[in-house]
Amino acid sequence: MFLINCPFCGERDQSEFSSGGEAHIVRPKQPTELSDDEWAEYLFMRKNIKGIQFERWNHVHGCRKWFNVVRDTSNDKILSVYKMGEKPPVNYK
Amino acid sequence: MKNKYSVFSLIKNALSQHENWQQAWGNPEPKKEYEAIIVGGGGHGLATAYYLAKKHNLKNIAVLEKGWIGGGNTGRNTTIIRSNYLWDASAGLYDHALKLWENLSQELNYNVMFSQRGVMNLAHNLQDVRDLKRRTHANRLNGIDAVWLNTEEVKKFCPIINTSPDIRYPVLGGTLQRRAGTARHDAVAWGYARGASDMGVDIIQNCEVKGIKRNGDKVEGLETTKGFIKTNKIGVVAAGHSSVIANMAGLKLPLESKPLQALVSEPVKPIIDTVVMSNAVHAYVSQSDKGELVIGAGTDSYVSYTQRGSHNIVEETLKAILELYPIFSRMKMLRQWGGIVDICPDASPIISKTNIKGLYFNCGWGTGGFKATPGSGDLFAHTIANDEPHKLNAAFNLNRFVSGDLVDEHGAAAVAH
Repeated sequence: MFLINCPFCGERDQSEFSSGGEAHIVRPKQPTELSDDEWAEYLFMRKNIKGIQFERWNHVHGCRKWFNVVRDTSNDKILSVYKMGEKPPVNYK
Repeated sequence: MKNKYSVFSLIKNALSQHENWQQAWGNPEPKKEYEAIIVGGGGHGLATAYYLAKKHNLKNIAVLEKGWIGGGNTGRNTTIIRSNYLWDASAGLYDHALKLWENLSQELNYNVMFSQRGVMNLAHNLQDVRDLKRRTHANRLNGIDAVWLNTEEVKKFCPIINTSPDIRYPVLGGTLQRRAGTARHDAVAWGYARGASDMGVDIIQNCEVKGIKRNGDKVEGLETTKGFIKTNKIGVVAAGHSSVIANMAGLKLPLESKPLQALVSEPVKPIIDTVVMSNAVHAYVSQSDKGELVIGAGTDSYVSYTQRGSHNIVEETLKAILELYPIFSRMKMLRQWGGIVDICPDASPIISKTNIKGLYFNCGWGTGGFKATPGSGDLFAHTIANDEPHKLNAAFNLNRFVSGDLVDEHGAAAVAH
């Protein structure tokens, strides 16, 4: 249980948001050229990091906008929030 | 078994004030080298070691556990055991486990308190009714006992359920598997640990794996907090931390680790003598032998390793429980906790070789691994010993995410287990 600082609405309870999982998984540019292994990697394989994770959230019970969050999954502490399309902060690895 | 438990050993030890019971399992320091190492001392890991020693005659093996045995999801689940899964592969896997459960206390000479009190799954809308009826037929074709109950029969089987037609999620019927039930989760870990230790398996607690040493495409050993241990076969049964271990070997798994919560109430007199699950409203309830209501919730939606979970999930679960069982409205909840469950995209487990020689994974059990403990251990032991899967776990390979041959139990069997 934690608060998320929506870049559009401000700090709200996490229950207002829905998690979109790992961020920055790039949709294949030419799906027809993909091998089965590449499809599996894109569709199913996840880093599932214990530690600092870049992820997407949707303020589903608020502004309904998507944005990115940097969160430490070992303690649920949110380190940074940034909008879709923005470059991820570089000080976390 | 060196120290067989029986009524005679009980009497003998009673005479000495129970002060001379021997330790149920050893506490050795790791050797330099093992034939095989199991990473993770939960029920599945200990069962794997047990069957490796018992059926495959691998005696020089170790189980490494970073905390204490059975302290992860084995001690955190709601102990539901059933095998009424939709697809043939799942039915084979889970019913294999259920058959092992039926004789487990005798097999281990350890009372795992397996109680076949039945598991009832409720239907709340027309689609639930169709899905559950379909599953009942599928189960019967696979030789698994299953019956469909209409609303009156549900009420008769579990009289405290509110079957009024005007509640938000009315009970339109349900399925019942009478062979299903519950078991004492700690006892399962302890029983397997005792059995394995008795056959010479080293159970090493407080020993965390820090790295996997590879030589090209095969494994050579493990870096641990108790030093380097050499081995050619590593079986990883690390549940929520499977991805963390996989990462040490440079592998990526199709898993997401999420908190799954459960809670227990204050103890009361016997009121519910079965297990009732409702997947639509995410509420599961049974009663422990101590009298506590054991309540399971759904998973949180986000990846987390905190073993906590969010309050809103508990709130939603209890709302559903109260609507279905108004009689519980004044019960107090005593404890709440979370476990980290590793969920596969198709809600089926992975019991598989990997493309690294000597590295095996048993993971992805998600919200429903406890029920499979004996079967999972048996089949994973077979896979490690023979370097080939058993026919019952062949479908649960890692490659299915590439081939597309998924065993899609999401919703089909249950949202959560």
